[in-house]
Amino acid sequence: MLDFFKSLFKPQGSGATAKERLRLVLLSDHLSLAPETIDALKADLFDVFSRYFEYDASQAEVTFDHREREVAMLASVPILRVRERTLPPVALAPEPPAPVAVAPVAVAPVAVAPEPPAIAEPEPELEPVEAEAVEAGPAPVAALEPEKLPIAPAAPRPRKRRRKRNAAASNGKAGVQPGLSAGHSAQA
Amino acid sequence: MEAIETEITAPVPEAPVGDQPVAPLGRAIVITSGKGGVGKTTTTANVGAALAALGKRVVLVDADVGLRNLDIVLGLEARVKYHVLDVIENKAELDDALVRDKNVDSLYLLAAAQTREKEDVSTEAMIGLIEQLRARFEFVLIDCPAGIETGFRNAIAGAGHAIVVCTPEVSAVRDADRVVGLLPHDWKPELVVNRLRPALVRKGKMLSVEDVDAILRLPLLGVIPDEPGIIIATNKGRPIALDEHSPVGAAYRQIASRLAGNDVPPPTVKVAEPGFFSKFGSLFGGR
Amino acid sequence: MAGRRIVITSGKGGVGKTTTTANLGAALAKRGYKVVLVDTDIGLRNLDLVLGVEKRIVFDLVEVVEGRCQVRQALIRDKRFTSLHLLPAAQTRDKTAVSEAQMDALIGELAEEADFVLIDCPAGIEHGFRNAVAGAREGIVVTTPEVSAIRDADRVVGKLKERGLPHTLIVNRIRPEMVASGEMMTVDDVRDVLRTEILGIIPDDEEVIDTTNRGEPLVLDPNQRLAPIYLKIARRLEGEKIPLTRLESQTFLTKLFSIWKAG
Repeated sequence: MLDFFKSLFKPQGSGATAKERLRLVLLSDHLSLAPETIDALKADLFDVFSRYFEYDASQAEVTFDHREREVAMLASVPILRVRERTLPPVALAPEPPAPVAVAPVAVAPVAVAPEPPAIAEPEPELEPVEAEAVEAGPAPVAALEPEKLPIAPAAPRPRKRRRKRNAAASNGKAGVQPGLSAGHSAQA
Repeated sequence: MEAIETEITAPVPEAPVGDQPVAPLGRAIVITSGKGGVGKTTTTANVGAALAALGKRVVLVDADVGLRNLDIVLGLEARVKYHVLDVIENKAELDDALVRDKNVDSLYLLAAAQTREKEDVSTEAMIGLIEQLRARFEFVLIDCPAGIETGFRNAIAGAGHAIVVCTPEVSAVRDADRVVGLLPHDWKPELVVNRLRPALVRKGKMLSVEDVDAILRLPLLGVIPDEPGIIIATNKGRPIALDEHSPVGAAYRQIASRLAGNDVPPPTVKVAEPGFFSKFGSLFGGR
Repeated sequence: MAGRRIVITSGKGGVGKTTTTANLGAALAKRGYKVVLVDTDIGLRNLDLVLGVEKRIVFDLVEVVEGRCQVRQALIRDKRFTSLHLLPAAQTRDKTAVSEAQMDALIGELAEEADFVLIDCPAGIEHGFRNAVAGAREGIVVTTPEVSAIRDADRVVGKLKERGLPHTLIVNRIRPEMVASGEMMTVDDVRDVLRTEILGIIPDDEEVIDTTNRGEPLVLDPNQRLAPIYLKIARRLEGEKIPLTRLESQTFLTKLFSIWKAG
């Protein structure tokens, strides 16, 4: 019933539909990520968040902010209650790789132009977000706050081997692996 | 009293020679879009005509080799003797290829070749030609072909600024976005939203100017409403920018004024918020 | 027998090639045929948007041609018409990524399993156009009744003739009231200038924008004015002899005009 009244005051004409579809399509165009992958990425992120705190799902959102030369991923997640004990990931993961200096989450800016992005400086090997969180014990503040999480270019799509382009970005560990649940991160 | 016949002609502006103070080079602006059929040629012709009507020396360059249309829109198709490729290949002098507009004195056209291919033009040749034109004209407007292939790359070579034309439709916006990504990074392209239908926007059935602008994130140069007058003007070969009574003409004149550096209020389109009762109307079966 | 391989082209951009490909394809599928739509506008893809399947793209035409996936992995089956499939274009490549020979082979492969392969051609007459035509054995030229569009269509008709491709014409976005008042060319004018047989005449309809916004081809909705028109065109394409509606006739026009004004 509430939806009925809501629809009276917020007409969803096709213009609004067009705008939403365009946003997703352009995001996909810019990042060379399949739309499915973007959805999977968001789902994975929320899985991770929910292991550390309860949050208001109705207000939580992951958006992508287009800047001059990069796309930044912004997560806005209202925290209701931090869990006293971090929940384990859904499935047990294999041994973590040898400890690496915790890479700052910031990555070289991604050029929005559809060519292989130039990496500004050599960067430490990037860890998936989950592994980093575990390594540092209680989740680093960076992962909780609506901090900018610039993502590496052209994260691999599901069911495909990585393109050669990605080799420049990292040794295949850029960003969040689509299709992997939080369970693949290492257990401390 | 004998009647005296005189022929008055205005010579094509020439590049300054010798010790004369060198005039600043004109601005070379490419009008592009990605999507075809959104109004690049019409915009080029009309903004050009409006600038010339303000007294500026303007040349319009048709870069759509093989599919030329700028001449038709200006009504000059019968007067074209030589085209861009003739000039580039030294088969004709620039002066012979430049066609003076029949409506506005300081407006000139450099037509595209019709029976050649875009691959026949090199980027270097285009750059050289545009430089030549900049020395003689205050504004060089380049009508870009649709797409992002050779024709597009040649059209942007030699230009320093871009106007992106986009209609409030999903395919056009998507293509405009792509094109912006392919322009040189230091350019600051401006947006013209063409074929707006305020009635459809009010009904929520069309993207609004704000929607398009928010998605493309470009400074808004102008908004042109959709009117059948445009088709008629094209049929007649007389740019609508010269029609004092047309709101479309007025919109183009505003764009020209802005480009000429005049202080013009920012483009706005009044689209009234749907009223409470019209919401009920659409709920109960109206359109 | 292998399916028909038809390129939908125009020269001029924005006259309705993609909308026509989507709706004609949907109309043929509705009539029970197996249809594959191919978007060859590499770098500026839009057929996926018009069909409303943009979220389901995983692989594209270039990846198929480069052998990085199978054709069937790239084909997207429309959920509304199960015999309609789309092979999307690549978005972050350019048109030189495939050759004419590769396109010809690809379309041939698709035609083995389909009744109709409709190839959506990009605007222009450059590399993209040549690729799209390479795989075709017939053409449909789309034009609007405006000087620039007809001029470009003429160029394209010339190119199709050069390649020996039989072709027909669709005149799109006719505004009967403007034809009646002499402000727009008649269909006969267009046919005379282009000297090409007409497959269909489609009136201008602002609903097209709305349906594209939503990604729902018109043909889905029998209440849409243009739905029966696309179905008629589909039947003509199949070989049925259906006479063209005499949109030019004055009395019919006035009647149509008054109906549309009221509607």
